[in-house]
Amino acid sequence: MSTIVLLTVTGLGLAALYFLVASGLSLIFGLMGVLNFAHGAFLTVGAYGTWWAAGHLPGAGSTGWSFVLAVVFGVAVGTAVAALVELALIRPLYERHIEQVLVTVGLSLAMVALVRAIWGADARPFPRPEWAQRTTSLLGANVPNDRFLLIGTAVVVLVAVLVLLRSTRIGLVIRAGVENRTMVTALGIDVRKAFTLVFAVGGAFAALAGSLGGVYLGSISPGQGTSLLIFAFIVVVIGGMSSITGTAVAAVLVGLVQQYANYYAASGVGDLSVVLLLAVVLLTRPSGLSAKVA
Amino acid sequence: MRSVPIGRFAPLVILVVLAVLPYSTLQVPVLFDGLLNSPGTLQLLALCLLFGGLALSYDLLFGFTGLLSFGHALYFAGGTYVANLALTELGWGLGAALLLTTAVGTVLPLLVGSVALRVSGIAFSMVTLATAQVGSILVLQDPGGYTGGEEGLALDRGQVPDAFVGVFNTVNLYWLALVYLTVVYVVVSWVTRSRAGRVWQAIRENERRVEVLGLRPYTFKLLVFVLAGLLAALGGVVHLLVLGGSTPRTTTSEFTLSLLVMVVLGGAGSRWGAVLGGVLYTYLDSRLTDLASSPAVQDLPEWLRVPLSEPLFLLGSLFVVVVFFVPGGIAGLVDRLRSRRRRGEDDGPAPGRVVEQLKDRVGAGMSGPRDGI
Amino acid sequence: MSTTEPTAAQRPVVLQLTDVHVRLSGSHILQGVDLTVRRGGVTALLGRNGAGKTTTVKSVLGLVPAAGTIELTDAAGRVHRLTGRRTHEVVRLGVGYAPEDREVFGGLTVAENLALAERRGSAHHPDRVYELFPELQQRSRQLAGTLSGGQQQMVAIGRLLLNDNQVLLVDEPTKGLAPLLVTEVAEVLARAAEEVTVLLVEQNLSVVRRMAIDAAVVDNGRVVWTGSASELLADADRTRELLGVATSAPLDESRSHSSSGAEGRTREDLPARRSRSAPAPEVGG
Ligand SMILES: Nc1ncnc2c1ncn2[C@@H]1O[C@H](COP(=O)(O)OP(=O)(O)OP(=O)(O)O)[C@@H](O)[C@H]1O
Ligand SMILES: [Mg+2]
Repeated sequence: MSTIVLLTVTGLGLAALYFLVASGLSLIFGLMGVLNFAHGAFLTVGAYGTWWAAGHLPGAGSTGWSFVLAVVFGVAVGTAVAALVELALIRPLYERHIEQVLVTVGLSLAMVALVRAIWGADARPFPRPEWAQRTTSLLGANVPNDRFLLIGTAVVVLVAVLVLLRSTRIGLVIRAGVENRTMVTALGIDVRKAFTLVFAVGGAFAALAGSLGGVYLGSISPGQGTSLLIFAFIVVVIGGMSSITGTAVAAVLVGLVQQYANYYAASGVGDLSVVLLLAVVLLTRPSGLSAKVA
Repeated sequence: MRSVPIGRFAPLVILVVLAVLPYSTLQVPVLFDGLLNSPGTLQLLALCLLFGGLALSYDLLFGFTGLLSFGHALYFAGGTYVANLALTELGWGLGAALLLTTAVGTVLPLLVGSVALRVSGIAFSMVTLATAQVGSILVLQDPGGYTGGEEGLALDRGQVPDAFVGVFNTVNLYWLALVYLTVVYVVVSWVTRSRAGRVWQAIRENERRVEVLGLRPYTFKLLVFVLAGLLAALGGVVHLLVLGGSTPRTTTSEFTLSLLVMVVLGGAGSRWGAVLGGVLYTYLDSRLTDLASSPAVQDLPEWLRVPLSEPLFLLGSLFVVVVFFVPGGIAGLVDRLRSRRRRGEDDGPAPGRVVEQLKDRVGAGMSGPRDGI
Repeated sequence: MSTTEPTAAQRPVVLQLTDVHVRLSGSHILQGVDLTVRRGGVTALLGRNGAGKTTTVKSVLGLVPAAGTIELTDAAGRVHRLTGRRTHEVVRLGVGYAPEDREVFGGLTVAENLALAERRGSAHHPDRVYELFPELQQRSRQLAGTLSGGQQQMVAIGRLLLNDNQVLLVDEPTKGLAPLLVTEVAEVLARAAEEVTVLLVEQNLSVVRRMAIDAAVVDNGRVVWTGSASELLADADRTRELLGVATSAPLDESRSHSSSGAEGRTREDLPARRSRSAPAPEVGG
C-alpha cells in the first residue's frame, strides 16, 4: 500500500512537471500554430536563473522566502527571454509556421549551448529548501515534500490558466484565436498581443518547471530541458494539441504510467510505455483526448 | 547557354577531384591544420562527406516530400549499433553485418512509418520524435550491457577488413565515405526523377491533389520514409567504421535537429544544397571546436570567449540568421543570383525554396488552429 | 428601407477601390477592380460564382495581399489608405465584416461572441442585438457552434451592430437560409443600412431588389458593370448576361416597387464603356 501511495504521489509530481511545460506549449501551438522547440531552453534558463539567484542575488537563497525570491527571479528571467524571443524572432515571421518552428529549433540549440558554455556541461547541485527535503507521512507512506510542492503549484497554475481563459477578455481572445485566428483580427483585435502574452506566460511556466524540477531532481544540467521537452510534447499531443484541460489529463496519465511501469517492470520501460501510449492514442483518436481549449 | 553542360557534369568533376584528393600533399593554411592527405584532415573530410550523404537522405523526406520527421537519428543510430553488435558481439563478418543492417534498416522504418504516416502534420513529427526517443532510451539504459550506455560501444576491429583499420588506412575510410555519398546522390537523383519522385513532389505541394488523381499518398510516403531510413542506416555503418565505434550522441533528438539544420542551411529540396549543408555543418562543427581550444580564443575576454567556446551556439545562431535572411539556404541564394542574371525566365518554384512552399504543412494536422475566412 | 433616394452625385464616396489586383497561389484573381461605394444605403456587389466578389471584400480588409489603392473616407471627410494596413487596423477605422461562411466562434457562447466583437469605446450594447434578434437573447449562453445556420448568421450580423462603423462588408448573408429567415435577415440589414453604408454581396436578387440602391457586377476579376440596382434588375436580358441567372420574382412585389422605383442611373464618374460592357475575358491582362 505505501508503495502504491508513494508511486502515485511521485507520478503526480512528475505529471505536475509535465503539465507546467506542456500547458505553455499547447497554448502556443493552439493559438499560433508554432511548435515551440525553444520551450526546453526556457526551462533551462529558469532553472539556471533560480540557481544563480540563490547563490548571488542579495536576499535570495535556498531556504524559505529567500528561496521563493530566487524562484521568482528565475521565472522572471524565463518570462523575459520568452517574450523577447516572440517579439524579436517569432513575430516578424508572422504566419510562416515552418520558419517559426525552424527558428525555435535553432534557438533551442543555441540557448542550451550558451548555458553550457557559461556554466559547464556537468550537473550542478540545486538549492533545496529544507522543507522540501523532509517527508510527510501519508497513508503509511513517507512521501518527500517536494512532490506536494510540485502538485500544488501545478494545480494553482491550472486554476489560474482556466480563470484567465474563461473570465478575462484576453482569455476570450485566446480561446477565439485558437479556433480561428483570422476572424479575431477581422473583429479589429490585434491578435499578436495575445501571441506575445501566451509566449511569455508559457515561458514563465516553463521556467517555473525548471526551478521546481531542480528541487525535485536535486540538480540541474543544460540538457535537462530538452529531455523533459520530448515528454511534454507527447503530453501535448495526447491532450489534443490545444486544450488545457486535455493537457492536464494527459500529463497525469503519462506521469502515472511512467512511474508505475518504471517501478513494476524495469527502469526505462516507463518511458517506452509512454511512447506506446502516444501511438495508441493517435491511432485510436487521431485528434487526441480533447479538442476544446478550456 | 554554355554553363548548362558544365552544370550537368559538375557532380562528376567534383567526384573525380574528391577521389584523387588524397594523393595531394597540398597544405591549405587556415582551412585545415595538416596536409590535405594527413589522417586527421582525411578523417574530418570523411565525416563531412558522410554527413553530406546523410543530410541528403533527410532532404529526401523533408525537402522533396515535405515530411518533417524528427526521428531520422533512429535509423542512422540503428545502423551503427546493429552493425556494431553484429561485428563485435556476434562476431560476424562485415558482409553479413551489412546484410543484417540493410534488413533492419528496411524493417524498422517500415514499422515506424506505417504507424506514423497514419497521421500528418505536427502529429507525424511528434510520433517520429517519440519513436526516436525510444531508441535513445534503449541505448542509454544499456539493456544486457549490449549498447554500452553513455560510454558508447567500441568496435571490435578484428572483424573489420584490414583496409579499414589503422591510421594509415584513413584514406580508405575517406574513399568509403565518398562512395557512400555518391551512392546516396545517385539514388536520390534517380528516384526523385522517377514517377514516384514526381508524386512525392506533388504530395509536398498539395497532398489532396494526389488523392484526387486516385493515388494513395500513404504508400508513396511510406516508400520514401523507408528509402530515407535505409540510406541513413547504411550511413550509420560508414560512421561506425570511420569513428571505430558507436556513440549514443547519434540517437538524440539533437542529432536529428542538426540534420534539419544542415538541410535548411544548404537548401531544402536541392540535392547539392543538402549535401553542401551537411558538409559545411560538419566542417564548421569540427573547426569551431578546434578554434574554441586554440590560444587565439582562450586569450579573448570572457564575454567573447564563452560563446565562442560552444560551436553549437554559433551554429544555432547562424541557423536562425539563415532562416531569417537567406530563405532557401545556400541553394536558394545561388538560384536567386543565377535567375537575376538571366531574368525573365519563370521556371516555377526554385529548388531550395521549399520551406516557403511548406508554410502550411506544419500547422496542419490534428486539431491545430484553423484559419477560416 | 430608403424611401427618398438621393442621386449619386450628392452622396459622398465612402470606399474607393482603384485598380486592385490580387494574386493567390499563382493565379491572378482580381485583375484591376475599380469600385466606388457611396455613403448611405446598400450597394450590391453581384457576379457569378467564382467571379471574385469575396476576394474583393477580403482585399479591403487586408485578408488577401492586394496591389492597387483602396481608400476609406470617414464621416469627417478624412481619407484613410487601407492598402498595406493590417486587418485589425482596417477594422478599427470603421469597417465591419460578416464573412461568407459566418465564421462565428463555435466554442464560445453567443454572449461571448458578441462581447468579443465589441470594440473599445463602443457606444452600443449587446442588448441592441438582442432587440433585433430576440431569439439570440434566449440562447445567449448557448455555444454558437450548436446554433442553427440562421441563428449563426444572426450572430454574425449582430457583431456588426455593436460598433460605430463607416461601412459594413456583408458577404452573402442569406446563403443557405430558409425563405422566412431570408426576410428576417434582410429586414435587419435594411435597418442597419439606415445608419451605416453597406456593401452587400448577394446572390438572392429579390433581396438585392428590396434594399440595394447601387449595384456593381464583378466578372473574371473585374467590375464589368456599375449603376443603379433597380435599372440592372429591370433589364432581364442584361441580368442574365451578367449574372448568368434569370431575375426571380421579387419576394414582396409592392414593397420592392415602391421603394426602388427610380430609373436606372449610370454613374457619371465611370466611363460609359466600362459600365455597359459585357463580361470581357478578351481584355488581356
Ligand atoms: N486561396 C486561393 N487560391 C487560389 N484561388 C483562389 C483562392 N481563393 C479564391 N480563389 C479563386 O478565385 C476566384 C474568385 O473567388 P471568390 O471567392 O472571390 O469568388 P466569389 O465571387 O465570392 O464566388 P461565390 O459566389 O461562389 O462565393 C475563384 O475562381 C476561386 O477559385
Ligand atoms: Mg464568395
